[in-house]
This record gives sequence, structure tokens and C-alpha cells, in this order.
Amino acid sequence: MSQSFDDISAQLKRRHRKSARLKWISMGALGLAGLFLVLFFADMLVKGLPAFKQAQIQVQVDYSEQASQLPLAAVNEDVRSLVSRGYLRLIPGRMEDNPELLGSTRLEWVLADGQVDQYLKGHHSKLKAGEQAVVDRLVEQGRAELRFNTTFFTSGDSKMPELTGIASAAMGTLLTLLVTLSVAFPIGVMTAVYLEEFAPDNRFTQAIEININNLAAIPSILFGLLGLAIFINFFGVPRSSPLVGGLTLALMTLPVIIIATRTALRSVPESIRHAAFGVGCSRWQVVRDHVLPLALPGIMTGSIIGLAQAMGETAPLIIVGMVAFIPDVTTSFTEAATVLPAQIFTWAGEPDRAFIEKTSGGILVLLTVLITLNATAVVLRKKFERRW
Amino acid sequence: MQTNQILAMFGGALLLLGLVAFFLGRAKATRVRAGGTAMFAQPDQYAWFTVLTTAGPALLVSAVGGFALLLLGAEIPTLYLLAGSLVVACLGLAIGMLMVRSDFHARQAIERVIRFVLAGAALISIFTTLGILVSIIGEALRFFQMQNFWDFITGTTWNPGASFLEAAGRADEGGSAAQFGSVPLFAGTFMITAVAMLVAIPIGLLAAIYMAEFAPSRVRTLAKPVLEVLAGIPTVVYGFFAAITVAPIIVSVAGFFGFEASFNNALAPGIVMGIMIIPFISSLSDDVISSVPDSMRQGSLALGMTKGETIRDVVIPAALPGIISASLLAVSRALGETMIVVMAAGMRPNLTANPLEDMTTVTVRIVAALTGDQEFASAETLSAFALGLVLFVVTLSLNLVSVIMIRRFREKYRVNNL
Amino acid sequence: MNMQVAERSSAPMSGQDRSGQEGPGQKNRDQQRGQPVTHNDDAHHELSIRVRDLNLWYGQSQALKGIDIDVFQKNVTALIGPSGCGKSTFLRCLNRMNDLIPNVHIEGLVEMDGRDVNAAKMDEVALRRRVGMVFQKPNPFPKSIYENVAYAPRMHDLVGRKSDQDELVERALRDAGLWEEVKDKLHQPGTSLSGGQQQRLCIARAIAVQPDVILMDEPTSALDPISTATIEDLMDKLKQQFTIITVTHNMQQAARVADYTAFFHLGEIIEYNDTKTMFSNPHTKKTEDYITGRYG
Repeated sequence: MSQSFDDISAQLKRRHRKSARLKWISMGALGLAGLFLVLFFADMLVKGLPAFKQAQIQVQVDYSEQASQLPLAAVNEDVRSLVSRGYLRLIPGRMEDNPELLGSTRLEWVLADGQVDQYLKGHHSKLKAGEQAVVDRLVEQGRAELRFNTTFFTSGDSKMPELTGIASAAMGTLLTLLVTLSVAFPIGVMTAVYLEEFAPDNRFTQAIEININNLAAIPSILFGLLGLAIFINFFGVPRSSPLVGGLTLALMTLPVIIIATRTALRSVPESIRHAAFGVGCSRWQVVRDHVLPLALPGIMTGSIIGLAQAMGETAPLIIVGMVAFIPDVTTSFTEAATVLPAQIFTWAGEPDRAFIEKTSGGILVLLTVLITLNATAVVLRKKFERRW
Repeated sequence: MQTNQILAMFGGALLLLGLVAFFLGRAKATRVRAGGTAMFAQPDQYAWFTVLTTAGPALLVSAVGGFALLLLGAEIPTLYLLAGSLVVACLGLAIGMLMVRSDFHARQAIERVIRFVLAGAALISIFTTLGILVSIIGEALRFFQMQNFWDFITGTTWNPGASFLEAAGRADEGGSAAQFGSVPLFAGTFMITAVAMLVAIPIGLLAAIYMAEFAPSRVRTLAKPVLEVLAGIPTVVYGFFAAITVAPIIVSVAGFFGFEASFNNALAPGIVMGIMIIPFISSLSDDVISSVPDSMRQGSLALGMTKGETIRDVVIPAALPGIISASLLAVSRALGETMIVVMAAGMRPNLTANPLEDMTTVTVRIVAALTGDQEFASAETLSAFALGLVLFVVTLSLNLVSVIMIRRFREKYRVNNL
Repeated sequence: MNMQVAERSSAPMSGQDRSGQEGPGQKNRDQQRGQPVTHNDDAHHELSIRVRDLNLWYGQSQALKGIDIDVFQKNVTALIGPSGCGKSTFLRCLNRMNDLIPNVHIEGLVEMDGRDVNAAKMDEVALRRRVGMVFQKPNPFPKSIYENVAYAPRMHDLVGRKSDQDELVERALRDAGLWEEVKDKLHQPGTSLSGGQQQRLCIARAIAVQPDVILMDEPTSALDPISTATIEDLMDKLKQQFTIITVTHNMQQAARVADYTAFFHLGEIIEYNDTKTMFSNPHTKKTEDYITGRYG
């Protein structure tokens, strides 16, 4: 009836091969996913790191009487097209603020035009042959360099790539997230506390729970529609403001915080509550003094993760208008603003190729902040994790 | 006076009143207690109760007034409203002080209020869903008053271009009338979603199989967070990557094989969306596969099956409801995705089966309809809400089915961590 | 580790009853190693599996100590003993299911057909084709009743055409005593059956691949008395075709169904004997104490 071991083993060769194949293919799939990640980050780094350097050239700046009216006259003709227009436009203002400049001639490092920057970085540029020769000469003389681009971090949006920066978008993100957190955190934690500690187990409570789970899965763009129709049109919240953006994001972040808080509350053992009841605490006192403090790390972790998700959201904010051109950094909650992901979006749509690196640079900044936030959440979780 | 300044003064005054209430209330309670009477609550609790009676009604009045102002357009000068609220606050203080008696259960009263506030917070999530429903359905209905519903669902031409002329009453001048047939939009959405699923499901499922069945534990603990990073990258970043890096590659590769591909082809956003969705599938499938009881694997191995056969013929079929549930959630995510397609897909509605052509999707048109210069009431702007309504219904249905399947799986194997 | 084992073989084994009786684990002029104390004249005597000096460690703790036993073909051999004494661990050594557990270290010989089962050259998948297993809790596949039985034989290339497959399924289900109850619902899921029926399905599944040996790990402990009785009858019938080794917690069951019985205690075989003799006239005091219920 039975075959010998050798007979059986011979038949099994094919089956063993197939089994090994499954292992290798599945390992390959995981590796492929990892490869995507590596290639993606490499691409972003290659494209984005150059954004942190910007070309500057050393030229003679003549602060003449004529220059205060016609800034173009402040620099020599042969380098005029190589200096950033934006820098030149600032000259009259500077002369007004510093009257001692009038009449002097200085050798200064000035911001170069965006095309010079592209040329020095080896990209395709719109410099004519003659201009390129001038730039080459400047390089040889040590008068043209790529220097650290502080403008990127200190100035707001600009139509000129060499002058553009993320400062206004960063402030907008800060303000918006402030609104989001101050709305979503209290409401989310209170909702979770109610559902977990106070609510009776009836249909009403179940309805709320089902509702929250559904909210978590609704596409983000639909929240934008809500923001537009209800916050802007019905309540009259100013369009494009951090207020309306923050409120919209708050509704999106609410389910995340609720679910994280409930998980944290659930992880506190019943014995703690029973002990507190046992010494005569009321239900609220049990929650406030015993359960919440223990659940706090989990709540913090969940909120940080929710905040990180909100930081990366773009679609709903586009719908409520936060894709405006914001050159100056504003600190108002009710004036038009933009957020970092929306800034990335608008820069990505610019035809000037010099904006590709700015977009990538902005992406690198955004990713750094997100990674930091998530890492903080993970560290917090590990540090305060208690094994009951 | 500036509204901001008035608000600041109001806030300051209320705060002051609250402080006064706290100290007065506590003082009275302490006095009563020192006089020898036993009280039902602690002096601090009476103090907080007084604060509540002071601030609560005042805030309520100003909130109601504020609503009336905004919504009903009632003519109440802000100054008078806030001044009135302060008067209410003082009244509240007086009443609160009166209630600081030995036979008053201050703590219970406070806790009743707290409970009420918590329940109110819970209601906000319901209001959110209602808000979404009302806003989307409301505006969508307005759209369907202008355009035929049947044409919307079955029409194959989406050309809203002339709609602003129609709204201005000059419909005859602008050439053909605006058409809102949404079929090409849904076709584009489905095409890109299909490409995304073709990338995400095989890679995600196989990666999950490796992590759950083959990987040494160190690899597993490393791989899970790495995959989560893929899920955490903002979609606008993916969109940029799709448009600037992936699309040109596809155009070159297609050219190499003799095909012509648009720079806004459907493959670029589809592939990148698939990459983004891999963690959804791999993470859920990993959990589901790990939850299949070991006894089943042992039964198969004991019969002389290889590990691969056991996985393919026993474990995966057992985990199937969970895997399908994960896939449905992933499809739902892909359908609603906006940024990747806005940045990498086209704007032109195109009903085609060729993924190398440019086409547009539902979410792209929603964004386009709402970020132009159209007046809000034009058919084009409202079409965004009609599209949003369909999107909402479809994703909600997928999510519901997904939850039902996961629940059935949970019951079958009595697992609690899913 | 090797030093330890060497020491153990020469030193007297602890845990053995020293009251004038010798256990079967020692080299003894009166007995061969691994042989039962008394032979059962009605049973077959050809060797199926031979185990010599089997030791197993879970990490640092030793679960099996110097096991010697010869199992005979076409018999029911029962392994009895208190909980946690290594019976199931030993059973799993016979079809290398312990390979699935990390940190397991095995030394010693398990031999079948003259081949060392744990050798590197031995394909454990091939081994499990010839040594099948039925588990304590029935674990049918998430497939139909038909597929549960037909799956493994098909994968092993034992049947080709559909008609052969049908025949094999029917025969296996009949031999497992389940055919009459399921013949009209072969395509319903295996999990829709009752507990006792599921276990018989698992038995049918095991015998469908035509193994030499069937290992049963407490096959009736999760079942009701009627199903238990059915399966005990089954074991009696099946032993005409297969060698059956069963772990049981239930001494009475061993007394009812087994030809030979081995008594395990703390990882060693204290006594291996013909069942009737073991229960009427045990060879060691420890065995007697267990059987009469003084501990367990």
C-alpha cells in the first residue's frame, strides 16, 4: 500500500520547488515595496537638496541718486540680467531706510537671477551664450557661488524662484493646525471619554460608534465640500483662512483622536476603576483622577499621529481656497493663508523648471517634519508603554 | 470699536467674574462649614458650581445670540449682546451664591453638567456626518433641478464649458449646451483605480504572506513600520512624484515599445496610487493571515503538504474574507483619492480603454469645478456636489461591505484584535 | 549537551521505581530495550517504528529522556500518563511536527523502514505522507467535506481521474464510519458537521492518503461520549489496515482499544506492556500507583 521514502521524495521535488518559489516571490514583493521607498526618497533628495543652495554673485552696487528711482541702474550693464529682479526692486527701499548708502559704491554679494542658479546647478537654463560666458568668468574669479539658501526659510511665496520660500506656508500650517488641535482635541477626547466611560450601552451609543467609524473612511475631498458649503457659505467663515481650514481639518482629525483615545482608555484595566470606586469616588472623579492620567500617553500619541495626518492634507484645503498666493507671512487666523502641502501643490504647477527643485525642497521639509512627529509619537509610546 | 477688541474685553470680564465667583463661593461655603453645619459637598466644589452658574448661562446667551446674528441676520450690535451676557453672568453669580447651602449637592450638580457637556461633544460627530450629508445632498439636489439625473448617470459627454453662459442667460450664444454626462469621469476613475489595484493587491498580499508565514521575527518587526512609512507620505508628494518622475518614464518606455503615451497618462497616477495603497492591503492581510488558527496549518502539514501548498490551499482561503475586506477598503481609498490624480492625470474627460491616454477622474473634476471663477450657483460648481454625492454613496457602500466581511471573519475565528 | 546524555545512559535513571522492579529503559538481561514486558499473542509483531534513546529539549528544559520503544505494525498502541509528561511531544517526534516549534533540540534515533527520520536527508513532507496525524480538536479545512478528503490524495498524485477520486473519497469516508451521514451533502463545508463528525472527517482525511501509521493525539477528549464510543470502534477496525499510536488521558479508553500500552511519566517510559497485562498485573509500582488512581 505504501511507497518507500525514496519513491515519495522523488515525486516531491516539484512540489518543494513550488513551495520555495512562493517564499522567494513573496520575499521579492516585500523587497519591491522597500525598493519603491528607497527610490522615492532618493529621487526627492536628488531633486530637493539643491533647493537649499542658491546662486549669488559678487557685483558692484552703485547706490546713486539715479538708483533710488531706477534700481536697474545700480548695477553694471553686463551683469544686470544676472542679478535677481527681486533684489533690485528692494534697493530703493533700503536706500530710504539707510540714507548713508546714498552715493556709495560697494562690492556686494547679491542674489543672482534664477536662471543663473539653474545654470550653475547644471540644469537647462535660459541664459544666452553671452550671459553664460559672463557667469563662467565670474565663477573663475570666485565671484559666483552657490550659498546656503536662507531665503527659502525666511520669505514667503514669490513668482521668482530665487526669492521664493516656505515661510508663509509654514506659518499658515502652524495657524491652521493650532485651530485643528484646539477644536479636535477637546471634542475628540470628550467624545471618547463619554463613549467609553459614561455612555449606556444602547442603540444611540452604537449609532455614534458606527458613525465615527464611517467618518474615518470618508474621502478627504468630501470634507472640503462640507467646509465650502457649510463653513464658508452658511456660517460665513472667511474663505482661504486658517480658521476655515483648521475647522475642516478638525472634523477630519476627530475620528482619529476619538479612536486613539478610546483605545488608550480601554487599555487601562478595570481593576483601577474598581479600586477608585471602592474608595468612594464618583464616576467623574474616577475618570479625571485615575483613568485619564494613565491613558494620557496613548491619547498624546494618537493626537500627534492625527496631527501628522492633518499636516499632509491638501485636497479639502484646496476646496476651501487655501491655495492663494501668499507673499507675506501673516499671523491672522482670518486672513487668506496657505499651508505647506498646498504650497507644494501650487509650485508643482509652475511652468518655470526652476520651481521643480523648490517643490522638492518643500517636500523634503514637509517629510522631515512628518517623520519627526511620527518618530516622537513612537518614542512616546515606547517610553510610557505599561504592561499590565 | 473693533470686534476683536470687544471680544477680548468680554473674555476678560467673564474671566474676572468667574474668579470672583470662585473665591466668593468658596468663602461662603467655608464660612457655613466653619459655623458647624455639615455640608453635602466640599467648599471647592461649591466654588466651581458658582463659576458654572456665572459663566455657563452667559456663554450660552452669547452663543445663541451669535448664531442668531450669523444665521438669521438679526440686527443685534455685538456690544449690546456681549454686555447683555455680562449682565446674565452677574445674575448667575448672585443665584449661584444663593445656592451655596448646606443641603445642596454641588458636586452632583457639577457632574451632571459635565456629563451633559461630554454627551454634547459626542453629538458633534453626528452633526459632522449630518453636515456632510446635508451639504452634499442639498447642493446636489439643486444641481439635479438644473440637469437631468438620468443624463448625468448615463451620459458620455462631460462638457461644462458653456454652463457659465447658460447661467448668464446667454445659452444660445456659446455653441453647444453644457453637458454633464458623468460616464467618462467614472470610467477614468475606475481605470486608474484598476491600475492601482493591479499594483497594490499582488504586492501587498504577497508581502503580507511573507511577513506572516516566512519572515524571521526581526525582519517582520522592521518591515511593518517601513511599510507604514509608505502610507504616511502625503498624497500631494506622491502626486508630484507621479507627474515629474513616473510619467516621463512611462512615456519613454512606451515610446521604446512603439506606443505613444500622453504625459498625463493613467498609468503614472495609477501605479503611484498603488504604491501608496500597498500598506493598507499588506497590514490588514498580515493581521488576518496571522489570525488563522495554527491548528489548520498543522492539519495540512501533517497530511504531507508542503508549506507553500498549505499557505495557498488552506491558509489563504481561510483568510479570504479578511483579505477581500482589506481590498474593498483599498478600492474605496483609491476612488476617493484626489491629489495624485489632480497632479498627474489629465483634465480632459476621455472614455477609453487605453491607459496610455490622458483621462480625467471624478475627483479632478470636483476640484476643477470649485476652484475656478464660476459663480457658486452655476451648474458647473453644483456638478461638483453631484459627483461628490455619488462618490460618497459608493465609498460608504464599499466600507459597509468591508466591515460586514471583517465581522464575519472575526466571528468565525473569534479574534479580537481586528 | 552530549556529555549530559552520555552521563544519563550510564547512570541509573532517576524517577524509576527502585522497589525491586526494573523498567524497560535499562539494558537488562531479562528484556530487550524497547520491547514490551509481555507480548500480546493476538497482535502483529512486525516492527513499524523503532525509537532508541530519544531525548528532546525545549530550550533548556528536557521534555523526553531516553525513550526506547518498538511499535508494532497494525496494532493500537496507547500512550498514557499524567498531564505534561511528554506523551504528545513524543507523538509529534514520530512525524516531525516538533520541527514547527522553535528552540527544540532532538537527539536519538527514530527509525522507520530502516531510515532515520530526523536525518538531514529525510524529507519531512515524505515522512508525513506515511505517518499521518489526527489532532485533539478537530480541524477540518475551510473546504467542502468532499474536498477535505480529496485534497491531499490529489496533491500526492494518488488519483488521476474524477471517478477515481470519487471512489477514494467514498472509501475513506466509509472506513471512517461517516459515509452514511454525509453522502448526500458532500459539498457542504466540513465545518458544518458536529464535533464527532468533524473528527471522523479528520480521520477519513488522514486515511485517504494511505499512510502506514496514524498518530492520534487525544482524539476523543473534545467529544461527547457517543462520538467517543464511535471513534473507539473505528480504531479497532482501522488497525487492520494501519498502525495506530494514540495518546490518551483516559485510562479506560486505553484499556478498551489498545493492544499495547506505554506509561509515560515525567518524560520517560516507565512501563511498556501488553495492555491486559499492564492493567491487571503492572510490572512497576509507579505504573500500579497511576492505574489504581493514587496519583495522576
